[in-house]
Amino acid sequence: MTGMLIIGAGECGGRAALALRDLGYDGRVTLVGDEPHLPYERPPLSKEAMSGEAPSIKAIATDAVLAERAIRHIHSVLAVAIDRAAHTVQLSGGSSLSYDKLLLATGSVPRKLPMPGLGSRCVYLRTFNDALAIRAHLGSERRVAIIGGGFIGLELAASARKLGATVTVIEAQQRILMRGVPAEIAGIIHKAHEAEGVAIRTGQGIAAIADDGKEVAIALADGQKIVADLAVIGIGAVPVTTLAAEAGLAIDNGIAVDEHLRTADPDIFAAGDCCSFPLAIYGGRRVRLEAWRNAQEQGALAARNMLGGNEAHAAVPWFWSDQYGLTLQIAGLSDEGKNVVRRDLDDGAFILFHLAGDGRLVAASGIGPGNAVARDIRLAEMLIAKRASPAPEALGSQAVKLKSLLAA
Amino acid sequence: MSDWVEACAAGDIDEEDVMRFDHSGLTYAIYRSPDDEYFATDGLCTHEKVHLAEGLVMDDIIECPKHNGRFNYKTGDARGAPVCVNLKTYPVKVDAGKVLIQIG
Repeated sequence: MTGMLIIGAGECGGRAALALRDLGYDGRVTLVGDEPHLPYERPPLSKEAMSGEAPSIKAIATDAVLAERAIRHIHSVLAVAIDRAAHTVQLSGGSSLSYDKLLLATGSVPRKLPMPGLGSRCVYLRTFNDALAIRAHLGSERRVAIIGGGFIGLELAASARKLGATVTVIEAQQRILMRGVPAEIAGIIHKAHEAEGVAIRTGQGIAAIADDGKEVAIALADGQKIVADLAVIGIGAVPVTTLAAEAGLAIDNGIAVDEHLRTADPDIFAAGDCCSFPLAIYGGRRVRLEAWRNAQEQGALAARNMLGGNEAHAAVPWFWSDQYGLTLQIAGLSDEGKNVVRRDLDDGAFILFHLAGDGRLVAASGIGPGNAVARDIRLAEMLIAKRASPAPEALGSQAVKLKSLLAA
Repeated sequence: MSDWVEACAAGDIDEEDVMRFDHSGLTYAIYRSPDDEYFATDGLCTHEKVHLAEGLVMDDIIECPKHNGRFNYKTGDARGAPVCVNLKTYPVKVDAGKVLIQIG
């Protein structure tokens, strides 16, 4: 027996390794990562790590835990090739590791801005080291341009404002958060940023970028020019699939796996940001999720199936974002909805329930101060998982407890 | 040092629900189970110090509102990722319609 090999030591890979041990597996567990750190949680990188005290790694497992659970963590190393016939993976150092089952948890990397003129003051945020480099540039009297009005960019904008920087967000689309967030909720986030002093330029393509290593000049399509000490580019992420593709595995917006997270090779699984998979609650629609909880759940599910399980991924997609005092949470895929029912909660918080044409609840999007929407979004998630079709009047009335609809 | 402190009235918490209780600079969560028993734990999740009283109670589980860390509120046991540190629990009694918790 040569054991279980996990390529990618992020949230997904780290959780998978721990789950293998939780499940009682006593063979070898090897976790290979290209960063120099312990497996760590990435969500704080755009939030607490950017605005609180000196940033520190939020480890998923400490060295002591890895040792106690007999998980071998090989860091600062790339996996360069899979030999499927020999069941081995070659590493960048020249050595190779053998496996009984292999999990690809290679994650995603920032989408590159395909423009000339980018230099050392144009950066991306993915890793802890990226976060440290960005943070060194934040502070009062610093100017930060954020290219892309998605979650990473907006969370970073909020953090940079807290540290006193002047912040401009540039978004090519007509509004921020076009992907997956209803306009009504994006509008609230937009206003919150403006109230905090962030300048948001939507519907703005970038004509040219000039980066001399000291500052970045960004010429917008309408002729405006934005000069910043640092430009952070947050225009989405692309799955890391090269290793799988070169091994002949199918790629379809990520490493293509079935509902059990298996590739066409029965000994190779993929999970987390790097894979696309069919989501049964939406009729088998193939999706790829870039979300912390999905990485965690799929890492654990892959571990169960690597040990002989045959469990299908059934979780409802869920994610959150924190900006200033606001938290947004979305359960399900809102683009599956045709009609929207609004439920107002205390303190200005509200939830939009997205219903399919046949009345089935397919998603819920909520925003409010602190954790105001958390409980109801969690209940909505359970209703979505049950494929429930609650009465719109009940969803819309704060007097009707969502928990009571779950029992129905 | 093991004082019984009045946290709330028994009727203040619905069945299968939770309420926040602050006392002497500390925060607690008081639970009423589906079978009408009362329990108390530390008020903050052991993952990122979020108030658990804003979370969801299902049977004997409290789920953190932020990242869905789960605990058995009767025993304090952490129930899987992302939480790995158990919650401290406190003795509870109901006396004359008041919920009392033993702190210290």
